[in-house]
Amino acid sequence: MRMLEGEKVTKYFGGLAAVLQVDFYVEQGEIFGLIGPNGAGKTTLFNLISGAFTPKSGVIKFKGEKISGLKPYKICRMGMARTFQEVKIFANVPAVQNVALGALFGAPKSVSTAEATKEAEELLDFVGFAVPKNIPAGGLTLANQKRVEIARALATKADMLLLDEVMAGLTPTETAEAMELVKRIRDRGVTVFLIEHVMRAIMGVCDRIMVLHHGEKIADGTPKEISTSKKVIEVYLGE
Amino acid sequence: MDMSLFRSRRLWIPGLALLVLVGLATLPLYGSLYMTILMTAILMYIILTVSWVIFSGPSGYLSLASAAFFGVGIYTSAILLPTKGAVLPVLVVVLIAGAISFVVAVLVGALTLRLRGIYFAIFTFGLVELIKQVLIFFEISVTGTRGRFIMLVDTHTIFYIMLGIFVVLMLTAYFIRRSKFGLALRSIGENEEAAAHSGVNVTMVKVITFGISAVFMGAAGAVIAMRWTYIDPYIAFNPLFSFLPVLMAIFGGLGQFYGPLIGAAIFAYLEEVLLTKFPYYYMLIFGCVLVGTMLFMPMGLTGLIQRGWRRLIGGQHADA
Repeated sequence: MRMLEGEKVTKYFGGLAAVLQVDFYVEQGEIFGLIGPNGAGKTTLFNLISGAFTPKSGVIKFKGEKISGLKPYKICRMGMARTFQEVKIFANVPAVQNVALGALFGAPKSVSTAEATKEAEELLDFVGFAVPKNIPAGGLTLANQKRVEIARALATKADMLLLDEVMAGLTPTETAEAMELVKRIRDRGVTVFLIEHVMRAIMGVCDRIMVLHHGEKIADGTPKEISTSKKVIEVYLGE
Repeated sequence: MDMSLFRSRRLWIPGLALLVLVGLATLPLYGSLYMTILMTAILMYIILTVSWVIFSGPSGYLSLASAAFFGVGIYTSAILLPTKGAVLPVLVVVLIAGAISFVVAVLVGALTLRLRGIYFAIFTFGLVELIKQVLIFFEISVTGTRGRFIMLVDTHTIFYIMLGIFVVLMLTAYFIRRSKFGLALRSIGENEEAAAHSGVNVTMVKVITFGISAVFMGAAGAVIAMRWTYIDPYIAFNPLFSFLPVLMAIFGGLGQFYGPLIGAAIFAYLEEVLLTKFPYYYMLIFGCVLVGTMLFMPMGLTGLIQRGWRRLIGGQHADA
């Protein structure tokens, strides 16, 4: 089943096409990767999917329903959550409450505060958060802040996660842990759509990959197809 | 001595609150009339400050619209309680004033809460001026008056209504802070985009809270108008009532729940003392106190109290 589908999705910033006529789909249960050079429009595409922006033209469907034009909180409650390239956490709020917020507001069914806190603690354990959970999130290391963000997204009972460069800025050990985590998230039954710059990571975990360049899709396929595609090598390495 | 009972905030904070409340409720029995009037004014400032904090504290949206909602309350009283005889009972008028302020706040909030930072602050301040000018135009060209007289209401009645508003406000503020609604509001202040993408209907949370805070400002305005007995648009929509809540909250300290309350109480009392003792220099001294606060107590009065408290009980109770 196709979880997410985009058809001729287009977004302009002034005269510049940030995302131009992009078609894509993500199958349920897969890990789908999105790569491309800086400024290729990867994060813009995420913003279009999650409702931060509305596409100028084209349609985005989630679980068969049109979501382009909906407010972010509605899309979230339909079962799609995201993380951000620059971590966006609630710095002065304890880590556990950062996550509980997702359970309290993002889930389709409402839960009590006590249940939300319990879920938040379990999810923090799941993502490998190993420091006291009552520390304000602003005081955590980058790796732990990213864990909080992922746990918050999972707390919304999402069926699909948009992960925007979860591995950027992490040490090699942390990157390996993050890759492991992405797989474990998929094993929970959550479809993963991720943007990544770390090639080794994306080739290692993704089932399929799409490549954007100047807002346009230049390739998609299995990691093997992508790594041998002439067009992709040209864009990334020059001729 | 067993210090744990003494340290437990669960016990002494509600206890203290109850004691203060009983003291206030019985004030007319032992205090002078002047004391009652002074306390009414102090309560009014506390209400303005705490209701401002309900919204602007956690959300980070600096609202300067307090004077607008306060003024709407004042005018509700002026229209419904003219000297020639009240149209409705006093308490009903106060409730209506709160309701009208709520509606105005929700309308204005829905239009303007998409503005961020300084733009929101300036717009809300413009709102005070806008309502004032429209009202002046209306009064001069339609009703042919500039000011209005308000029916005399018993000083004790005014005091008790103000006290009632204060109690309801404190309970509301406490429950909002503790509820999931409060968490949503805080998350908006910390990072609005992340809140929206985590399922928080940010517009609704902001607009509703803005409306709730306006209810109390409007109600306080309606009550104090009965004390002032004469009002005109310049008195009712005085921009000072937009700035004072902000100053009082900062003076008390925004970090703690009771900070703005203490700040407003001391600030209002100080103003009264300075105004009566040094009528010519009061603004000057007042300014010095404010500058001193900013320089030496950046966390406000409560920051100072907490430091002292920590020293007293040995320091292991950081700001839990």
